[in-house]
Amino acid sequence: MPEEPTHRAALLVMGCPKVPVQTSLVLYLAHRMKKAGIRTIIAGTPSARQLIRVADPDEHYTMEMKDLDATIAALANGDLPITESYVFIHNDAGISYAATIASLTHRPVTAIIFGEEAEQISHEITFPCTVIAEPAIHNPIPIKIKLEEAAPWDA
Amino acid sequence: MGCLESLPYEVLLSKISFKEAREFLSRYPEKYEIEPGYRMFDLNIIGVPPIRVAVDGDSLIFPFTKPCHGTFLIRVQQAADEIARLRARA
Repeated sequence: MPEEPTHRAALLVMGCPKVPVQTSLVLYLAHRMKKAGIRTIIAGTPSARQLIRVADPDEHYTMEMKDLDATIAALANGDLPITESYVFIHNDAGISYAATIASLTHRPVTAIIFGEEAEQISHEITFPCTVIAEPAIHNPIPIKIKLEEAAPWDA
Repeated sequence: MGCLESLPYEVLLSKISFKEAREFLSRYPEKYEIEPGYRMFDLNIIGVPPIRVAVDGDSLIFPFTKPCHGTFLIRVQQAADEIARLRARA
């Protein structure tokens, strides 16, 4: 059973969906957040959102979904109040999106970095945020373990 | 969010990193730093601060980032209004 709703609203930002672990990890994090009574908003490209929509047609794990560009515009306009962000990153563009969200929200950002170049990409982070990084491509378990250690849904 | 396709744009560099975009733009004498999310041409600019944009004649050159394809350097000509807005901020 979900816990009582909290005041928290978490933005989960998906990057390009070409690395398989992303969809699985977003669904897992959204599920843990929802169970903890935290409102979740998943932002992504049309393809990234379709992967989520097909995997969770009855919205057991997810709540709201928004277009990535529309989400950035809403944050820039102050129309999307959130308490925290989780940005899924596997390339240089992902770092740019995470930096932009950190700058626009002034709220805690967690960069969840995966893919072949996870370590190298994690060194490119020059703005304040929590980093969870593993070179995971097909197997989401190493990052799932790190998420469970961090347990942001319990914070 | 606006659409780049609605602008008369030219791609100067494609699929580069945000650092490469910043370095390329540093060669222009007239350049400005904008904050992430700054809106120009009905687009919110994505990037790691400091984000540079440059003025070259009547053109504005700026980074444009796509989630799957990285950063592109875009030149838009006849950008007097946006250039004036940048100069007014300086």
